[in-house]
Amino acid sequence: MAKYDKATIEELIDGTIDFFQLKEMLSSFKDPGRFDTYLEILQERVPWEDRILLPYSLHLYVVQKSNGQRIIKCDCGHEFCEAHDNWKLHALIHVRETDEKLQVLYPELLAPDPQWQVIREYYCPGCASQLEVESVTPWYPVLHDFDPDIDGFYEEWLGRPVPQPSGKSR
Amino acid sequence: MAMQSSDVNLKQEELLNQQYRQSIGWNGKTLKEMREETDRLTAQSGYYAGLRELEFKQSEPIRYEKIFSKLRGGLVHARETAKRVAASPIVEQEGELCFTLYTPEGDSIVTSTGIIIHVGTMGSAIKYMVNHNYEENPGIEPGDIFCNNDCHIGNVHPCDVHTIVPIFWAGEVIGWVGGVTHVIDTGATGPGSMTVGPVTRYDDGYQIACRKIGHDDMLFQDWLIESQRSVRTTKYWLLDERTRIAGCHMIRDLVLGVIAEEGVDTYKHFSREVIEEGRRGLINRIKAMTIPGRYRQVGFVDVPYRHEDVEVPPYAKVDTIMHAPSEIVIDRSGKMSLDFDGSSRWGWHSYNATPVSFTSGIWVMMTQTLIPNDRINDGAYYATQFNLPYGSWMNPDDIRTAHSYAWHFLVTGWSPLWRGLSRAYFARGYLEEVNSGNANTSNWLQGGGYNQYDEMHAVNSFEAAAEGTGASAVKDGLDNAAAIWNPEGDMGDMEIWEYAEPLLYLGRNSKPNTGGFGKYRGGNGYETLRMVWGAKDWTMFFMGNGYVSSDCGMMGGYPAATGYRFEAHHTDLAERFAKQLSFPRGGDPRPAEKVYEKDLKADVKRDKQAITTEAIFENYDLYLNYLRGGPGFGDPLERRPQDVEKDLNGNYLLPEFALKVYGVVFQQEKNGHYRVDVEQTAAKRLEMRRERLQRGRPTHEWMREERGRILKDQASTQVRHMYATSFELSERFLQEFRDFWDLPEDWNLYEKDLDMPTFGSHHRAVNSNKIV
Repeated sequence: MAKYDKATIEELIDGTIDFFQLKEMLSSFKDPGRFDTYLEILQERVPWEDRILLPYSLHLYVVQKSNGQRIIKCDCGHEFCEAHDNWKLHALIHVRETDEKLQVLYPELLAPDPQWQVIREYYCPGCASQLEVESVTPWYPVLHDFDPDIDGFYEEWLGRPVPQPSGKSR
Repeated sequence: MAMQSSDVNLKQEELLNQQYRQSIGWNGKTLKEMREETDRLTAQSGYYAGLRELEFKQSEPIRYEKIFSKLRGGLVHARETAKRVAASPIVEQEGELCFTLYTPEGDSIVTSTGIIIHVGTMGSAIKYMVNHNYEENPGIEPGDIFCNNDCHIGNVHPCDVHTIVPIFWAGEVIGWVGGVTHVIDTGATGPGSMTVGPVTRYDDGYQIACRKIGHDDMLFQDWLIESQRSVRTTKYWLLDERTRIAGCHMIRDLVLGVIAEEGVDTYKHFSREVIEEGRRGLINRIKAMTIPGRYRQVGFVDVPYRHEDVEVPPYAKVDTIMHAPSEIVIDRSGKMSLDFDGSSRWGWHSYNATPVSFTSGIWVMMTQTLIPNDRINDGAYYATQFNLPYGSWMNPDDIRTAHSYAWHFLVTGWSPLWRGLSRAYFARGYLEEVNSGNANTSNWLQGGGYNQYDEMHAVNSFEAAAEGTGASAVKDGLDNAAAIWNPEGDMGDMEIWEYAEPLLYLGRNSKPNTGGFGKYRGGNGYETLRMVWGAKDWTMFFMGNGYVSSDCGMMGGYPAATGYRFEAHHTDLAERFAKQLSFPRGGDPRPAEKVYEKDLKADVKRDKQAITTEAIFENYDLYLNYLRGGPGFGDPLERRPQDVEKDLNGNYLLPEFALKVYGVVFQQEKNGHYRVDVEQTAAKRLEMRRERLQRGRPTHEWMREERGRILKDQASTQVRHMYATSFELSERFLQEFRDFWDLPEDWNLYEKDLDMPTFGSHHRAVNSNKIV
């Protein structure tokens, strides 16, 4: 079974990993310890103390507050919402629904036609990172991309309880 | 007329034969009884064929693996050898073929490499023959050869032609082997294997519905004559068929050899266990790589049929959008369900799909991500639950539907699934497996007429097998590299295409800006400029996405660029060549700048209409074949400035977009080299972030305005048509839509209220029985 040291996983996260090592990683069996190493690195890198339960997306995490509440939080510190809620509903949105706005991104004739499709950009209100882009028809409900079963993941797949805020037990 | 005594004897002998004839299934069962038993045991136990333990694998693992390796290696070998029989570049160059071994009742055991979407389609055809008593009539005997390409029985589109051969051992069917190749032409209304123009099954070309086409390993003469008179590319058809038969017979010999060596009972037991192992393998892999939970995503693609260059019957003149919402639910047991509730209705075009193309075909994609190993068989199917709404484009309730380019919808419907799973890989830390999605695998250059050798011909360029791939979470997507439907994608050699098509190359270039922008960009597509040469009575057409991008980016990355078309007729190229004047060559990086027209006088069509039906092309006419890029990953403002510099110097990015999208400040040096200013870039990016905060609005505030537009019906007809057909099929989707936008309980949108033909949408009663 494959096993990688912390430095290798850091290179993976940073996108600096050697191509041939990456290729080997893709072709090998998965290393079961990856999640813990990954979590440890991410936790060290964020500037806040809340415990990361699950990396949710680039810059976003499901974290546990000291009162036990689970929320979706950006690495800049902005807190969006409760973990089961759709964070996009609490973000800033910019919709490209005209030729002029779409042709900022694509040369003319290579851009979507706004009569058929629009592009929605979702930004973090804290750091202005572009966290997600949707290309959808007008009127489309905002997608709730991911609703993880964190309890099931820890308890039944990892075989251990979900970490609790200090002083609490399940 | 008096009956002679010899006739009576013959009759009695026949009756006795029927009465005491041993069935060809195992242990005296018919194949139909075997099918019923396997389904019953699987449903009752939750394990394939009721196998709670993998006794053989556990007790003799080396012997078990040896049998698997022999079979798998033999199937791959048969594919590699047999494809040399073919003359079609689609098969010989691109590897568009596949062989699969099945159980007597039609479950797949092991498959070769190649277009493994067919791991289950030929099984579906076998099940059809089993369930329709082929054992009695026309009979199933050693040396028989069967053929199928009927989508509603078991296929993706009619150009994937199946050859299916039973394998007998001591009077029993021990299994079946199926071979499939993607043929160049099926004799449809237009030339080319995935033609645009068919709107019903009856336009889709030659339909072969599980037909016995040979006996004693020989093809029937009437089949040979009829089939070759039914398609345009006779020579390729014939050699493709010999490819399939050669492979099937190699595999039949292989299986008989394994049985001779290992014993028939061992083989029978192995064939059951390996499927159950495949089922468990997918579940284990899901548990090892994903997170339980719910993932939602969506795909759209355009069907712009109201355009004057789409010549179809009046009832098919509909502008609409294919809608493919999907929900992946992974439960705590590791079982995955895929629900496409809310999908739009089938239509009068050739992009409809069948359930088996989903339940079988999805593995051509999953082998590139979730199960990248050689244990691909029906076990994965048994581990997955599908909801494919009846009446939708993926499960039509009308046998009239056309399917010649089902991939237009399939690629668009499946690519978001990969994105959904990638969220799980990302959360788990397997960043190397993340893929933002896939290119729309177009354009399809197709056409036909008399070629440069004065032969009747059709073309279907598989340059589309090398699109840009999606970006991952650690690196850019690959440029002009692969296609979702063939993991071994290859653009093919220009010399081979020029040999096979009366179309000379005036350019073959990577196309800048076609991959989606991002921290890691999508792979770019490419384009080839072709000039018609040596053809007579020649037509061509375009097939691809034009008005929309058929995928999203991921986690801040943008979708790939959309499509467009360029074609030039009545050109002055002959005169230009004679006078040695300049002429169009190379790429078309900024389509609106019309670079080709600067060296050309012609009637040019240059627009977003990337789907057309046959147009006449004379020699010296031009056709641009633009192959699409893949979507991007992550915020473009986080792309390393030195990577943008590489993009600029490699002509992967038009300079003006480096600043507008990536916020990269650069200078061009005297030698033409671009150099990025890192400090000024950092300042520019800060400024762009401030602009985002200024233009960004709280989502709830924007939603109130969008709700107002819905209540006022402010959307194009094609958008509303898409919603109307989805609402009609799914009360659940309609209610979710109402709930999300806080619309009145009686709010709805009806197709009849739109200015669009509604032909075929009112006959639910007629079509309410499932197609059999």
